[in-house]
Amino acid sequence: MKSWLFAHFRAFSGACSRLAASPLANLLNIAVIGAALALPLGLYVLLANLQGLARDHTPQPQISIFMNLDANADVVRNIDQRLRQQAGVAAFRFVPRATALSQLQARAGLGDIMAGLRDNPLPDAFIVKPKDHRVAALESLRAEFARWTGVAEVQVDSDWARRLEQLLALGRSGVLMLGAALALALIAITFNTIRLQILTQRDEIEVIRLIGATDAYVRRPFLYFGGLAGAAGGIAAWLMIGLALLLLDAQLRPLAESYGIPLQLSHLSPTDSAWALLFACGLGWCGAWLSVRRHLRLD
Amino acid sequence: MTRIALSRVFKRYPGGHEALADITLNIEAGELVFITGHSGAGKSTLLKLIAAIERPTAGSVIVNGQNVGTLRPGGIPFLRRNFGLVFQDHKLLFDRNAFENVMLPLDIAGYDRREGARRARAALDKVGLLHKEKAPPITLSGGEQQRLCIARAIVHRPAILLADEPTGNLDAEYAAGIGMLFRDFNQVGVTVVLATHDAQLAERLQPRRIEIRNGRLAS
Repeated sequence: MKSWLFAHFRAFSGACSRLAASPLANLLNIAVIGAALALPLGLYVLLANLQGLARDHTPQPQISIFMNLDANADVVRNIDQRLRQQAGVAAFRFVPRATALSQLQARAGLGDIMAGLRDNPLPDAFIVKPKDHRVAALESLRAEFARWTGVAEVQVDSDWARRLEQLLALGRSGVLMLGAALALALIAITFNTIRLQILTQRDEIEVIRLIGATDAYVRRPFLYFGGLAGAAGGIAAWLMIGLALLLLDAQLRPLAESYGIPLQLSHLSPTDSAWALLFACGLGWCGAWLSVRRHLRLD
Repeated sequence: MTRIALSRVFKRYPGGHEALADITLNIEAGELVFITGHSGAGKSTLLKLIAAIERPTAGSVIVNGQNVGTLRPGGIPFLRRNFGLVFQDHKLLFDRNAFENVMLPLDIAGYDRREGARRARAALDKVGLLHKEKAPPITLSGGEQQRLCIARAIVHRPAILLADEPTGNLDAEYAAGIGMLFRDFNQVGVTVVLATHDAQLAERLQPRRIEIRNGRLAS
């Protein structure tokens, strides 16, 4: 066990010294890995910020229930009572058709048109504030209200919220696709780096195999190197995103404030950062593994 | 006890060149054996078959009771740890010093670092290079590099020492010194198999001789 740990420590320190041995080449390499990771991760961060913003600054959705034009006071009272009993309703108010008409007439420019009408074309209406703002809950309330007698039409003004949600979902799948493509790129980068290392160390590998090194012993420093390069690339990506957020924040804040939105861009959470780092490390390791598998067999 | 047993061994390379044909021989534990013959006779191929660097086309090569030809790839490194290998071109690693070169087989076998260092210094002392343990191999002379290679070959106390033309590039005096080293190892029980065409060395050590001519045993 002790010698096994020691062998791993040796492989790890070997990989570290190999990283330090050609700093410029490795730094460039790490920068490339970092850029490849920073693109999808950065988009993810922006998306998360946008989502937070959308959540915090959405006006409360409303459901408007429009009654039939011939609905009498009894029908209206019945609806009023059912709304009181409805569990999903936070609050509601009744807008009689006369009030609706006078509100419409009060708007500039519409008075003349309204005066030309013989009858009041507007129905009685209820404006409902639901407790649950999620699209699914709103839809089920809408379906429920539409079944009630005397109701002509139910409108949910959540369309824009739904559109935003759809846009965000689209953005998320875009990030996923970009992430997958660049993860492949990262694997390809480490694959190639390790291939070059194996080529330059062909003699050394041959010698240590001749004196009894197992495949695992030969493979280990390369795998550690791949993992380290991936992790270093992950750190580089994290720093790049941090810098980008800092610059964007300075520019976006006055703009957002002019709309009355207090904006604070936030970086990846510690948990997300740890996952991203682990993922980058794993990808590097994976590329190294594929490369070692491919190139050590050829000898 | 039979250390190495070859039975009806053939080695044919792609392209049809037949390096070895119908070789049958036994090498007992503790023997000192010279494999002699002209250049290209197949001496090196024979050593490569014994060390599992090459596999026979036909026949069986048995080392320490294990059939080398049918060994699974994962078993080969462990078979090789029975050997000390000395190469004509030394095959030293030039990115580390003499001491680290000698430590290599012990690192690979997972020796304790302190015990390993003690053994590595003993091996360097044995070949007379202890005062150069920090020296990069590139600064050593040809003879010193060969001694370093020998130190690396014996540091893990192998049962079998295989050497391919160990005195090939050395002057007579140096070659004699290296010959004495091999005899010393043989005297403490190590089976030593040397491929060489150094007649003087054979004269001095009086080994059992196996001559190969055009890939066949010359009886």
